[in-house]
Parts: sequence; structure tokens; C-alpha cells
Amino acid sequence: MAEYLIKNGFIFDPVLGIKGDVADVAIKDGKIVETTALSSPKVIDATGKTVMAGGVDVHAHVAGPKVNIGRNFRPEDKLFNCTPGHGIERMQGGFSVPTTIRTGYNYAHMGYTTVMEAAMPPLYARHTHEEMRDTPILDQGAYPVFGNNWFVLEYLKNHEIENTAAYIAWLLRATKGYAVKVVNPGGTEAWGWGLNCDNVHDPVPYFDITPAQIIKGLIEANEYLGLPHSMHMHANNLGNPGNYTTTLDSFKLSEGIKPNSKFGRDQVMHHTHVQFHSYGGDSWANVESRAKDIMGYVNSHDNITIDMGQVTLDETTTMTADGPFEHHLTELNHLKWANADVELETGSGVVPYLYSPNIKVCGIQWCIGLELALLAKDPMRIFLTTDHPNAGPFIRYPRIMKWLMSQEARDQQFDAFKYKDKVIEATNLAGMDRELNLYEIAQMTRAGPAKSLGLSHMYGGLAPGLDGDVAVYDFNPNEPYAPDDIEKAFSNAKHLFKSGVQVISDHEIANNGNKRTLWVNAKANENPQVMRDIKEKFLRYYTVTLNNYEGSGHYLRNPHVIEVDATQ
Amino acid sequence: METVTLTIKNQPGLFLEADSITPDAFAGKKAEEIVDLPVYVGREQFRLGDYFEVSGNAGATPAETKIVVNGDLSRVKYIGMKMTAGEIVANSNADMYVGAWMQGGKITVNGNVDAFAGTGMKGGEIAIKGNAGNYLGAAYRGDWRGMAGGKITVTGNAGSDLGTFMNGGEIVVDGDVDVHVATHAEGGRIIIKGNAKRRLGGQMVEGEIYVFGSIDVMMPGFAYREDVDVDVDGIKGRFALYEGDLGERHRKRKGQTIYAKLYQRIEA
Ligand SMILES: [Zn+2]
Repeated sequence: MAEYLIKNGFIFDPVLGIKGDVADVAIKDGKIVETTALSSPKVIDATGKTVMAGGVDVHAHVAGPKVNIGRNFRPEDKLFNCTPGHGIERMQGGFSVPTTIRTGYNYAHMGYTTVMEAAMPPLYARHTHEEMRDTPILDQGAYPVFGNNWFVLEYLKNHEIENTAAYIAWLLRATKGYAVKVVNPGGTEAWGWGLNCDNVHDPVPYFDITPAQIIKGLIEANEYLGLPHSMHMHANNLGNPGNYTTTLDSFKLSEGIKPNSKFGRDQVMHHTHVQFHSYGGDSWANVESRAKDIMGYVNSHDNITIDMGQVTLDETTTMTADGPFEHHLTELNHLKWANADVELETGSGVVPYLYSPNIKVCGIQWCIGLELALLAKDPMRIFLTTDHPNAGPFIRYPRIMKWLMSQEARDQQFDAFKYKDKVIEATNLAGMDRELNLYEIAQMTRAGPAKSLGLSHMYGGLAPGLDGDVAVYDFNPNEPYAPDDIEKAFSNAKHLFKSGVQVISDHEIANNGNKRTLWVNAKANENPQVMRDIKEKFLRYYTVTLNNYEGSGHYLRNPHVIEVDATQ
Repeated sequence: METVTLTIKNQPGLFLEADSITPDAFAGKKAEEIVDLPVYVGREQFRLGDYFEVSGNAGATPAETKIVVNGDLSRVKYIGMKMTAGEIVANSNADMYVGAWMQGGKITVNGNVDAFAGTGMKGGEIAIKGNAGNYLGAAYRGDWRGMAGGKITVTGNAGSDLGTFMNGGEIVVDGDVDVHVATHAEGGRIIIKGNAKRRLGGQMVEGEIYVFGSIDVMMPGFAYREDVDVDVDGIKGRFALYEGDLGERHRKRKGQTIYAKLYQRIEA
């Protein structure tokens, strides 16, 4: 493989603790190496440019059946933005629900090299893997959803942690999944009865279990197995005024549980898109930011990581396994709605949404996301996301960096709000003068998410031995710049290396890369009861047999297995 | 007003996508520059001059530019798309998307147009001197933003799905219309001087439909209210007023529920 020497860039790397010093980065055989290990490298001149590790996204909806429902029922999302293939680039289309090809290329243009699909319905794991297989460049994994799964509800009703863990291990293997995802625990199952679970003590109909039992049980099972990532959570009561108390109640369920993982993470719960879970008030008329309460808790509890779910003020497509929430949304905005039930496992809904700067609530949501990041004491525990595409498309990450790094940019956005004064009154952001630096951005977009995922042995930094994932941006942090220069530079990496292959050269896609699919093979003790339960449920309830359920072989491109030994 | 005359000289093997035939794209250009504007056939890009003889220069602005298009345009799409001002006269039948997303100015088609004329139209005027195809003044596939302003007149008949997701503006059809009128509409006015078939106003929230002739089957979601005297498009008559779609949500204004209105003429 080719050797590269990226010379004289301004390095921002939380792993090595480098804060903008000029240094060289060496790549050989797909990995970062000491510069002395190179013999005849191709030299990339990064003088006056910013160099970081490849970006890592812990939470985006980029592959699978609900993403594809979004694509299918929103042909207007592709209107006037399709581009024909040229050079090695293939045909692309779509804005908020882009084609797989555009997904890979657009992440690469931002300097991202690893993206996790945040909600995989186990029954449709094959579809999810097929889409990831067709997404170029990026290393990817997918989180199967567990929070409304009948096996889990039945085991955890009696607090059977060992059985839950055995089932998780089996399902991760069957679906080639990466982590334990929970979406509106119990609520999506309740939606099958036309109900919901509004708080952590609201019982699930028929199963007679509470969301609190599901959340705590899945954290314990996750730690029983010692998985690379923690339990990954979308709490109950998303998107409703006054929901911050539910969020705090959910956080508290992690108290007293210590991480048991050989993969270097410190958290036992990752809570996603916290912006949607930080609302005060009791109606849309008096909804207000509770980011201070939320971050007060997060800052003082280091066994939690979170991501933002920043609203970008775009027209987008919401999609979630939180079926009842999507119904609530279509009742609010009267736009089209898709709803799906996934047998014994989960459900989902899809609704287009316009986050308009002319609507007060959208302005408040925009503030809350930024407040979370600006109130964070440790940028290694809060990650930049938009819950793509729910709060906005991922291509806006560089715009969010601009807002985080520049009060001037935030003021410009405030001035563009129709109800500026009311937005300011309901939030704290206008009084915040913190401006994040590029080191903190690298923590939020590289080192932090890699560590939370249990992948800091591969991603997130520029230390020798890590994967050769390196981005070079046209940005000189030592010269004066306008806020928009940040967005421009980080939207369009000058060079990008993925596993040592130069996939972007001079802003152009130069190589479709060798994407890998990450999954976790957790070996648990033999558990005849769980295996019998699985056989029985497939016989009695599933519409498919086990043979048509498991995903393997050609479904995964370049599988990369993370082995976990949980046998005792 | 300066006039540019286009005369088609080669028929495309497939269809010609010519969204550059607008006063906006032509404005400020001489004939020898206009021939270089891009057009597409399938995935291949061509020059406008590969398919049209071009004579005359455009005005300095779109408003000062008139385009006359001659020859058989039945395989030419997107004439006048997104235009904001000026005028186009097409002396032929035209294919789909005439005046789609138009914002201003005027298009006259001396012939028939295929589907999706005036899609998402916001302003201006389209006069179709022949028949219109399906989805006249409708929304793009999947979109909920149909015709929002401006006026479309059709001398002949119109096809199905007229004014789907219409939010404003006016469509006048002198002849008959096919099924599905103003489906999902939230505003605007549709005047049908001939006969209508079935499914008028399905899921319609707000807006008006006038039918001078017969309606084969009335939607069950529309309820008869009263007979009223109406003066519409310069024609006076007595109409039966129906309100609907009762199966949909409806806004309230000053305590009154706002329904979509369907008027059917009972006597001239
Ligand atoms: Zn999500």
C-alpha cells in the first residue's frame, strides 16, 4: 500500500493532546505510523491547513427500511438535486434522505470516515446491510433496536439479566449488529394498542413492565456482556413540552452501574439527540429550554455520554422507531405519514418536517441543541449530531461547527428569526459567549464518539497504530476568518484518507474506498432456554423462519468483527 | 420588448428537456449566445442550437423578453419552467411541465399540453388554447405545495388530477375535466365550464370548485348546504353550494369552521 506523509499541517488531536501545533502525519499500510517508519512516501503539503482524524458519527439514520420509506415517499426530496455519474463518482440524488452513494460521498466531503446507523429493525437487518454495502468509503455498523422487543420485555419483566444478555448476543450475531439501541422503551409496543409510555413508570400494556425496568435491565445486560458500546438510548416522551423530567428520570437509571468493558469507554448509557428531550413548559405556547438542568446532570455524572440532535432549520424528513411520536407529528403538521409495525420487535414512522426560522418553537429547538454543547464541561462526552435526518441533514455539521465556534454566527441566526425576542426569552443561548475551539470540535466529532463506541483502538485520533483515517481542511486557524469560512472549509475537505487510501484528492472523490462493516460477536454462555424461546417464537409468531432471518455472507461488505468474550 | 424566435429543426430521439427556454435564461443574450444554452436528451447534454434555429436577440431583462417557439414541440418538456417575467408563445402542442414553478410573466400555448403544466406555479399566467393533460396546476409527485398563485386558462378539456394540493390561484377550464379535482387542496379556485366526472374535492380542506355542467358522482364527504346566486368569471347563475370534505380537518376563523366549497350550476 502507498505511504503518505501529510506535512506541516495544524494538527488538532485529542488523543495525542495536540492543539494546533504544526506537525507531520505519516500513513503506511492503512495505519498511522511514526514518520520514521516511512521509506518513500507521497508527500501531501498541508501547510496552512487543518489536519484531524477522520470524523466519527455515533448516530445517524442512513440505511435500512425506514430510510428507504423516506426516499420512496419523498420523490420531492430529489427534485432538482440529482447529479449524473462522472469520473469514478456514481449517480447521486436526495437532500434529507440521500441515496446511499451520496451518503458516502457527502460524509467523505466533510472529512468523516465512520458512521453508525442508529436504528436497525432486526427483522430487516438484511435490508440495512444491503444499503450499508452500497454506501461507499465509510466504515459502518448498525444498532439493532431492543427496547420494544418481546423477548426483552418478557425476560426483563422478571429481571432475567443473563437471559436478556444471551438473547442480545444471539441477536447481534444473527443481525450482524453493533450495539444495543433502545427507542421509546415500551412506548412503541404500546403504540400497537394505540397507546404510548409517557414516562419511565408508565406500564407497557399486556407485558406489564415499565420503561424503567427495560432501561435498567438493558444497561445491566449490556454490561454483563461487556459490549464495546454502552446501551444507546432514545428515551420516552421525545419532543414534548415538559419532557426534561422524563429525561432526567431516564439518566438516573444508570446511577450506580459501572462500565464493564475492555474497550475503553467510561459510560454505561449513551443518550442520543438530547435536544429533543430538554423541553420545559407544559404546552407549545410556553415551551422553554431546560438545557441547564440536563447539562447540570450530565456534567456531574461521568457514566453518561450524549449527542446533540441539533436542529438545522431545514426542510427534512423525520424517521424513528418511535411510532407514536410520528403520529403525533403528522397531527401537528398535517403532512404525509408512513407507519410500520415490525412484528415482535419494533415499529416506525416517517413524516416530512419544516424547521422554519419563522416558527418560534423551531427557534427554541435550535437554541437548545447549541446550549447543550456550550454548557458541556467535557466535550469528550457530547457529540455533534443532527439525529440525521430528524433534526436536519448531516451535511449541516459544518454549519453547526460554525454556530458552536462563533457567537457572531449565532447572532446572525438570531437576527433571522421572526420571533427573535420570544425565542431569546424561552432560552439561554443569547447570553452565552462561549466559542468552542477546533480541539473541542475534534473531541466532539472524533475522539469522543470513537471512545464512546469502544473504538478508540481504531478511530478518533492520529496516534501511531490507529487506522489511517485523516482529513485535511482548507482552514488556517491562525489567520483571521469569517464565521462562514468555517462552514465552507469543513464542508469540503481538501484531502481525505480512509484506512490509508486517499479517497478525496483536492476536494474530488478519488477512490470509492474499501468500506468495512463492523459488528460485535459476543460469546455468552450456552443458554438452552433462550435458544428454545427463540425457536418457539419463530415457530409461533414470526412471518419468516430463522433461516430467512439471519444476515451473513454477501450481505456484509468487508465484515470487521469485534470479538467479545462474555463466557464465565 | 425584444422577441427571440425559436424554430425546431431536429426532433429529439427521446424527449428534449429544455428548461432553458425562459425569458430569465435568455435575458441579456444575443441569438449567438442563446444557441449555447444547455438542453438535455436522456443523460446527454446538448446546445439549444442543436435543436432550434434561433433568431432575434433577447431584451435586457426577462420582463423585456418575448420568446416565440415554432414547429412541433410535442417532445419538448419544461418550456417556461420557473420563469419570473416576460412572455412565451408556443405555436404547437407541448410536452410536460409547461410553466412549472412559474412565478410571473405569461405563457400562451397554441395547442395542447401534456401533464404537469403549471406544477407548483406561484404567479403569472398560462393560457392553453387546446387541451391540458393530467395534473394541471398540481404539486410535484410527493410534494404538498401545488399551485399557489397565478392563473391558468384552458380553452379545451383538462385531464385528471387537476389542481392536486392547490393552495391558491385560479384555473379556468372551458371544457370538461377528468376524475380527481382539487384533491388535498387548501385554497385556490377551479372553474369548470363543462362537465366533471367523479371525486371532486377529495380530502379538500379549503378553496372553491365551480362546475357549470354535470357531475357524474358527488363525493360523499360533501354536503349540500343551500342554493346561492353566484357571479363567477363574469358569468351569473344560480348554484347549489356543497361543503366538504367533511372527513378532513378544517381550520376555524372567527369561531366559524372553514370548509372547501363546491358550487354546481342549477340554472343560468
Ligand atoms: Zn435517531
